[in-house]
Amino acid sequence: MRLLAALLALLMAAPLAAQSNAPPAPYAYQQLEDPALEEQATELMHTLRCITCQSQSIADSDAPMAGNMRHQVRTRIANGESPEAVRAWLVSRYGDYVSYEPVASASTWPLFVIPGILLLIAVIVLLRRVGRRVPVEGEGA
Amino acid sequence: MIPELGLAALWLAAALAALQLLAGFVGTRSGNAAFAALARPAATLQAFLCIIAFCALLYVFAVTDLSVQLVATNSHSLKPMIFKLSGAWGNHEGSMLLWVTVMAMAGGLIALIERRLPEKTMMATLCAQAFVALGFYAFLLLSSNPFERLAEVPPEGNGLNPLLQDIGLAFHPPTLYIGYVGLSVAFSFAVAALLTRNVTPDFARVMRPWVLGAWIFLTVGITAGSYWAYYELGWGGWWFWDPVENASLMPWLAATALLHSASVLAARDALRTWTIMLGVIAFSMSMLGTFLVRSGILTSVHAFAVDPERGSFILALLTLYIGGALVLFALRANTIAEGERFAVMSREGALVVNNVGLTAILGVVLLGTLYPLLTEAFDVRVSVGPPYFNPVSAIFFLPMLLVLMVGPLLRWKRDDFTRVRKPVAIALAVTIVIIIRAVFWDGIGLLPLLGLGLAAGVAIASLAPLQGRSLRRTPLAIWGMCIAHFGIAVALFGMAADTAFQKERLVAVSVGDTVEVGAWTGRLDSVNAVAGPNWTAMQANMHLSYDGGPELEAHPQSRNFWAPVMETSEVALLTRWNGQLYVAVGSQGEDGRWQLRLWWKPFVTFIWYGGLLIALGGVLSLIGRVRSDLRRRRGEADDSEEIADAAPEPEPEAQPA
Repeated sequence: MRLLAALLALLMAAPLAAQSNAPPAPYAYQQLEDPALEEQATELMHTLRCITCQSQSIADSDAPMAGNMRHQVRTRIANGESPEAVRAWLVSRYGDYVSYEPVASASTWPLFVIPGILLLIAVIVLLRRVGRRVPVEGEGA
Repeated sequence: MIPELGLAALWLAAALAALQLLAGFVGTRSGNAAFAALARPAATLQAFLCIIAFCALLYVFAVTDLSVQLVATNSHSLKPMIFKLSGAWGNHEGSMLLWVTVMAMAGGLIALIERRLPEKTMMATLCAQAFVALGFYAFLLLSSNPFERLAEVPPEGNGLNPLLQDIGLAFHPPTLYIGYVGLSVAFSFAVAALLTRNVTPDFARVMRPWVLGAWIFLTVGITAGSYWAYYELGWGGWWFWDPVENASLMPWLAATALLHSASVLAARDALRTWTIMLGVIAFSMSMLGTFLVRSGILTSVHAFAVDPERGSFILALLTLYIGGALVLFALRANTIAEGERFAVMSREGALVVNNVGLTAILGVVLLGTLYPLLTEAFDVRVSVGPPYFNPVSAIFFLPMLLVLMVGPLLRWKRDDFTRVRKPVAIALAVTIVIIIRAVFWDGIGLLPLLGLGLAAGVAIASLAPLQGRSLRRTPLAIWGMCIAHFGIAVALFGMAADTAFQKERLVAVSVGDTVEVGAWTGRLDSVNAVAGPNWTAMQANMHLSYDGGPELEAHPQSRNFWAPVMETSEVALLTRWNGQLYVAVGSQGEDGRWQLRLWWKPFVTFIWYGGLLIALGGVLSLIGRVRSDLRRRRGEADDSEEIADAAPEPEPEAQPA
């Protein structure tokens, strides 16, 4: 019975497998030979967004699009391009949206200014506490 | 019949909420006492009715009643029973019913057992709780009716997203929702305290166990959610700073701050307005999270703008409740007298750092989550992800860890640093030694480096408050604090170790080939097809051994679900004490080779052990608080609050030289 089910499954799986169109590009699921280059590529891939997924980097996604982008990144790194050059190329192609790496620009400055303000507020609040010394014996309410 | 029964129960519950609102209001005005006395039973009965409605929904999912629209769009008769049931809350309407049910249960529970507050404050609390609940009843009944019938019954349902068909995710949403919505109690307490100007240490003692209860569920829910993402998404990531994750993290951050400030209020009558503010913020973050997740705004701001009915409804509720509470706060905050003062070098001083830090991190997460939505509305798409959140939140988190090494050792009001010098010096020394040692490890990033050092330091310092105490007589609340803080160290160690030392191997192999990752060597023995109730899969059968040890089996699968059609990765995990081997199988290439993805993730499990330890700390603390409260109510002489909150007695061997 279980064998039958498995056979059936195999039959059903075959057309499903055929459905997924072109096979993934070679470096979508394979690492570069050179560990140093692979490390560069991995680090870069973790900061690039899979633009067809929700909040995943291309290093965390099964989406075909992410696979293609991983292939692009690895091939370009293997060809000697610097990670930042690869990022710049992807940004020119897909826009700023593709990069998670925070860059201060006309559209992103609040992301950097506001935490700075928060830090300032935090320091001021704490300093104000320091300023208020408590008398050693029985303090007033 | 059953769906209509559920719907009727919901309408009745909504009517009772209206009654509770009125009765509670009359109660705060010292009006008709007999009418005011209805508030409590109305709340309790409401909880009962909501449970009936929720059971009705479970029933229609269990029997796959396809005449109910929700079942037809979200369920399938071939699903295993457990996923039929969990499918009941795996969709918008069902999860909103769960939300309302938890809210009613929380309200019913305070009505039933909370007798410590002054009657007026209690009435105001029930009134506020009913006011918030009414909005969500309206949302559920008017725009998200889970019991809607279909005119034509379809032959089969559409099924549930296969990623959600997992035992972890079956229980994750209820846990999280109990936490989320449990915070509504803190919100109602805070609003009631503002209305009646009753902000006292007693009030904080009443509020604390409720916050603690909700916080425990939130902690467990977040931890479980992280583990689910880790093993179900197939790429070994455990935190993505995804807006949905952030939506659960934000209430947790606020609730954690609230717990700490409430203990300052309870023990020392300080930080009064601040505690009230956090009570308001915590549940506001829950509501904001619900808006983000349930309005569809995350998928696309523009999709939301096109079909804004539900989104605008929740947005209106959000504005009403958060805005209303903040206005009330602004009007009343200055009438609440300033609490007791304290020195910087004191327990309160350290807890202020904790509060400011947590609130700042909350601000950063809120900013990073909302900012892309804001710019998208103006057609500018930006991505805010881990490279932003990690360093920016670390700026606030790392100093907090340093304070965490000192704070729990300090006494209330004022203290002398020289008294706690020894344990702090030891913890700091260990931190520094590890950081210096780790600098020489190849390619370690700055954050994992600091994380490893601070994890060790915090681990030591977190147990220091137990030193010099008789362990059997140490109050449970102290145990809870130490274990929760120790849990932070454990989780931090797991995060840092995994980030720093993870080994990755992505390969295409033929049957019979060997593959190596870290200290592991493995062989792909065979690949065969297997079938489940609603999926088929290709299963890779492997043998792997760690460092020449015994061979272990692993059977990762690549699953194809057919309703709806979707491919998922069922990973194999081989757990050792010092980490986990993570194996996923992908598809077969044209050359017949199979894609394998392997990660050796050193100490990654510590992340979730840490999360559970934090929750365990909360549980111990809760038991301790409730026990001492019961003892006090029985009128026994009890000073456990003082004991529990006081710093440890000076150690006998404190002045050797």
